[in-house]
Amino acid sequence: MCAVRDIIKSHSARVLVFFDEFMEGVSMFKSAMIGLLGMLAVLMLPQAAQAEYADVVINNYADAAGMRPAVFPHWYHRIRFRCKVCHADLGFKLKAGGNKITMAKIIDGKFCGACHNGEISWSVENCGMCHSGVPGTPTQIHGSTVQRLVAPTYKSLGKPAK
Amino acid sequence: MKTKYFFLSVLAMTTLLVVGVNAQAAQAPLKEVKSAKGKVSGANIFNRLLKKDEQRNAAPPEDGIHDSANDGTHVLQPPLIAYDGLPTSEFGNYVDWVKSLDDGLLKPRYDLSDPTVEPLVMDLDIVREVKASMPDVVFPHKPHTQWLHCSNCHPKIFIPQRNANVISMSAILLGQKCGVCHGKVSFPITTKSCTKCHSKPKPADWKPPKSEASLKNPWR
Ligand code: HEC
Ligand code: HEC
Ligand code: HEC
Ligand code: HEC
Ligand code: HEC
Ligand code: HEC
Repeated sequence: MCAVRDIIKSHSARVLVFFDEFMEGVSMFKSAMIGLLGMLAVLMLPQAAQAEYADVVINNYADAAGMRPAVFPHWYHRIRFRCKVCHADLGFKLKAGGNKITMAKIIDGKFCGACHNGEISWSVENCGMCHSGVPGTPTQIHGSTVQRLVAPTYKSLGKPAK
Repeated sequence: MKTKYFFLSVLAMTTLLVVGVNAQAAQAPLKEVKSAKGKVSGANIFNRLLKKDEQRNAAPPEDGIHDSANDGTHVLQPPLIAYDGLPTSEFGNYVDWVKSLDDGLLKPRYDLSDPTVEPLVMDLDIVREVKASMPDVVFPHKPHTQWLHCSNCHPKIFIPQRNANVISMSAILLGQKCGVCHGKVSFPITTKSCTKCHSKPKPADWKPPKSEASLKNPWR
């Protein structure tokens, strides 16, 4: 039940308000439970994400540590920096989630911390600016061609079945 | 007490119904075809698999990946404000990044802290002949070296030697070769972007090679 409670918490504060009250009467009111589960199912439907092309959600560790996933907007940064600055000079690998970024590395001046240090850009105490993702969103680069394929090519290209 | 729970469950089920109906409406944008004889089954609607962008360049609170319950989300800049005045394109961010740079409408830094460092630009086109009917591919080093460093591609993605690399469309769609960037951050692979890469027309007398398989000799 704890997991369900977490999901509800993260999805809607409004549900949370009457959730505790609600749980007390559950065994007596089956219909109430069915209604709740129905609502839960709706809240858990995948949201039609239409995020900006190339926005990266980074969630290797954030969810597990109780933070919202970090969202990195490529469009915003490429207006200010060429790819070379991050992907050659700062050593960001060309793979979403592939850099194993942690806060310890960031405050050490690595990755996002090379700039988000109060000198080149605003400083790291603005947690909510980076940790702005919907909880539970997996690591991914958004709007990619692979995501938009009707059928994933990587399945059909495997070794021929015998 | 009892009425309260009953009320709550009715509320929850109504939510389910309303959202469910909305979701169905979103999936089937065409109106039902009604006739005296009956109606077309939901299985036979248009756009079973076609996904269209409902909204281009959505602002962070509405884009589905940012949490609108987070205060920071509302401080983030909506892309359309930043794109104002930039040349547009039909795919990706719907911005023509190469032209924006060439026209001097953007001045992204090539160095972390020194805004005066100029990029090391190399103007070398590589033509890759395409066996199929598509126009040949021209790989221009110029726009790439304006944004990237040689080491972003050489030697990990491409051996720096003409035609030393095997490149195919399936590899690109899988996110390899050109697809490491195109379809991720640089312009994506869609019907409207094919000719960006496939830009050198075939000679007038070019004919597609004929397949050798035939019914008489299916194994060739
Ligand atoms: C400049 C952007 C940025 C800012 C500001 C930022 N973070 Fe992070 N943080 C990240 C990224 C990127 C990750 C890696 C996310 C992942 O892989 O799950 C991360 C990971 C984390 C993690 C999980 C990994 C770990 O280090 O244990 C926690 C917890 C965290 N951040 C907390 C915070 C808190 C608290 C603040 C504010 C004091 C903050 N962050 C500010 C970008 C940022
Ligand atoms: C401000 C820094 C920054 C700039 C500038 C930048 N990127 Fe990135 N890029 C990142 C980060 C951060 C990631 C995610 C890495 C991670 O999750 O560990 C990333 C990921 C990527 C990926 C991997 C996507 C995937 O999962 O396959 C590609 C490709 C990429 N960037 C290309 C580019 C290109 C092309 C440009 C220039 C137009 C560019 N980047 C500019 C920081 C940057
Ligand atoms: C090369 C330097 C650099 C790196 C590396 C970098 N940023 Fe930034 N970032 C900036 C600058 C500069 C700004 C703009 C600050 C301003 O306008 O005040 C910015 C702004 C942002 C914004 C706010 C965008 C908006 O709408 O205002 C977010 C979110 C952000 N960065 C996240 C990240 C994350 C997450 C990482 C690491 C994965 C990262 N950045 C790495 C330089 C960088
Ligand atoms: C975006 C990726 C990319 C970048 C960045 C890039 N190249 Fe290339 N380069 C290529 C490709 C693709 C080829 C063609 C390989 C083939 O045809 O198999 C190539 C070919 C070459 C060749 C061989 C030309 C010939 O005639 O045989 C040289 C030399 C070269 N690149 C040098 C550079 C230098 C120097 C830089 C940096 C200034 C650079 N490249 C940046 C992708 C890139
Ligand atoms: C390391 C990343 C990377 C790789 C690999 C790469 N490109 Fe690009 N390419 C870019 C970036 C960044 C741009 C700038 C435009 C943009 O971001 O949409 C660009 C632009 C282009 C343009 C110019 C479009 C215009 O508007 O003039 C062409 C054509 C192109 N790429 C073809 C290719 C081909 C063909 C390959 C494979 C042989 C390839 N690219 C591989 C990053 C890459
Ligand atoms: C990022 C650049 C790029 C884009 C965009 C692109 N192609 Fe290609 N395409 C290539 C390259 C590179 C090759 C390999 C050419 C060679 O053989 O050296 C290729 C090869 C092909 C081939 C020959 C078969 C094969 O796999 O080698 C076909 C057919 C093709 N492309 C169709 C398309 C179509 C259709 C689109 C639009 C949906 C498209 N391409 C978009 C770069 C691109």
